[in-house]
This record gives sequence, structure tokens and C-alpha cells, in this order.
Amino acid sequence: MSENTFKVVSIEALRSGDRLEFACLVEAYSGQIYRLALKMLGQPQDAEDVLQNTFLKAFQHIQGFEGRSSLSTWLYRIASNEALMLIRRKRPETPLVDLTPDEEEGDSFAPVNLADWCCLPEDELLTSEGRLRLDQAIQRLPEKLRIVFLLRDIEGLSIDETGQALDLSETAVKTRLLRARLRLREDLSAYYAERLGERRK
Amino acid sequence: MSEHDYSRCQSLLASLSEYVDGTLGEELCADIESHIAGCRDCHIVVDTLRKTIHLYHTTTAEGASVPEVVRERLYRTLNLEDYLT
Repeated sequence: MSENTFKVVSIEALRSGDRLEFACLVEAYSGQIYRLALKMLGQPQDAEDVLQNTFLKAFQHIQGFEGRSSLSTWLYRIASNEALMLIRRKRPETPLVDLTPDEEEGDSFAPVNLADWCCLPEDELLTSEGRLRLDQAIQRLPEKLRIVFLLRDIEGLSIDETGQALDLSETAVKTRLLRARLRLREDLSAYYAERLGERRK
Repeated sequence: MSEHDYSRCQSLLASLSEYVDGTLGEELCADIESHIAGCRDCHIVVDTLRKTIHLYHTTTAEGASVPEVVRERLYRTLNLEDYLT
């Protein structure tokens, strides 16, 4: 996300407790934060909890914001933590997200589905059912891949910003992004190959 | 990917994200392009990977909004209801 898209929010005004400035911050970023939370969690009520907690924490901790990252990356960092914590609270048996090093996962890179569905026209790819499938494919990603994909490919953060938001190295972000994208490709290929088959009947 | 040296396909996969993002170095780009010119399976993987990302970008570009009731509750929670428009 480009900060230039929005009115420039004054960090000094936020630190001084200027409520109007905070309202501007909320107005500028709440759409993106809600989208991230909804796609991460899949439930509107959970997404709303994360949205509220993100701005409550931003309110509380603005004095500690040192400007090492951009304001938007800082907000995404808070929102990502809130979303991941909510997932852990709901499923306490889930292992902590970042404990497993990427190289130990045995996660194969090898693509399986080789249907060439690129020829399908865009309006057939993006039917309401197709859009639902896009969202469902995100939900099927493991959390640690999902959050990287969402920050990088949906919210448009750079590799560096994604790493700052999640406390991950550049290499870890790139590895997880690739795995997420390949899994999504696989998932969508299974769906669109069926559409391709129906079209040829 | 049986028509080719499988390990070659596999090693190129590791660079695919950066290739489709256009951030890969020139030399590795040329390697991938020369490989996919002769490997139909990898060609399909590159094309469908690019299309996958494109579809997500397209739907994202349609915007992000907060439902009005959610927005109102957010402003109230933050004691910012004076600024609700």
C-alpha cells in the first residue's frame, strides 16, 4: 500500500493526542486492516475484533512508534500479531506459528496440476464462484504462509516491509511467499481445469 | 515434468516468484526463459502462477471497505464517534 494514497497523517499530532488526527488515521487505514483480518481469519466477527484491537493498540502505543518502519507497516504489524494471537487462542493446540524452520517442513515445491487454464477469459475466471474459490484457497494456506501472501500480494507491502511486519528475514519472506503462491496456483488449477473441461464438452 | 531433467525444473522453481515479480537478475531470467522455451510443463507453471497472482491483484484492486455498522462500532470503541461522517 502506498502511503501517498492517503492524506499524510502527522505522527507528531498523533503523539500529542490529537483526536482528529487519529480519526484521519482510522479513516485512511481501516479498510486495509479489515481486509487483511477478514482474509486471514475468514470470519467477519473475528475480523472486527482484530480491527478494533489494532487501533486500540495503536492508540496506546503511538508514543513507542519510532518511525523505523512506515506507519502503515507498523499498523500491519499490530494487526498481523492480533490475527495470529486470535488464531492461537481459538486453537490452542496449534503449534506456535514460527517455531518450525522453513527448511524442515518437507514442503514440496513440485507442481502437480499442469492444466493450462490461462486461456479462459477473465469473466469466466472471476465469476462469483471463482471469486469464492480464490478466497477459499487463501483460507486453506497454513497461517504462516497465508499472512505473508496477504501482506505481500494483497496489501502490496514490499518484501522488506513484510519482513518488518512479521519479524522475518528477507529469505524467509521470499520462501514463504513462493510456497504460498505455488499452493494457490495448485488449488486454482484444480478448479479451473474443471471449468476448462466443462467448456470443451 | 518427465520430458526434461527434473532437477533443472525443480531448481528453477525456487526463483519463480522473483521471476514473475520482475525482480530477478538478468542472468537467472535468461536461464528461466531458455528453459521454459523448451519445457512445456514449466511454461504452464509460469503462466498459471502469473495468472494466479494477477487474479488476486485484480480482485484486490476493486478496493477495501469496512461495512458501515462495523465502522460505526469501531469509531464508538475508539471514542471517535464525533468524527463519524
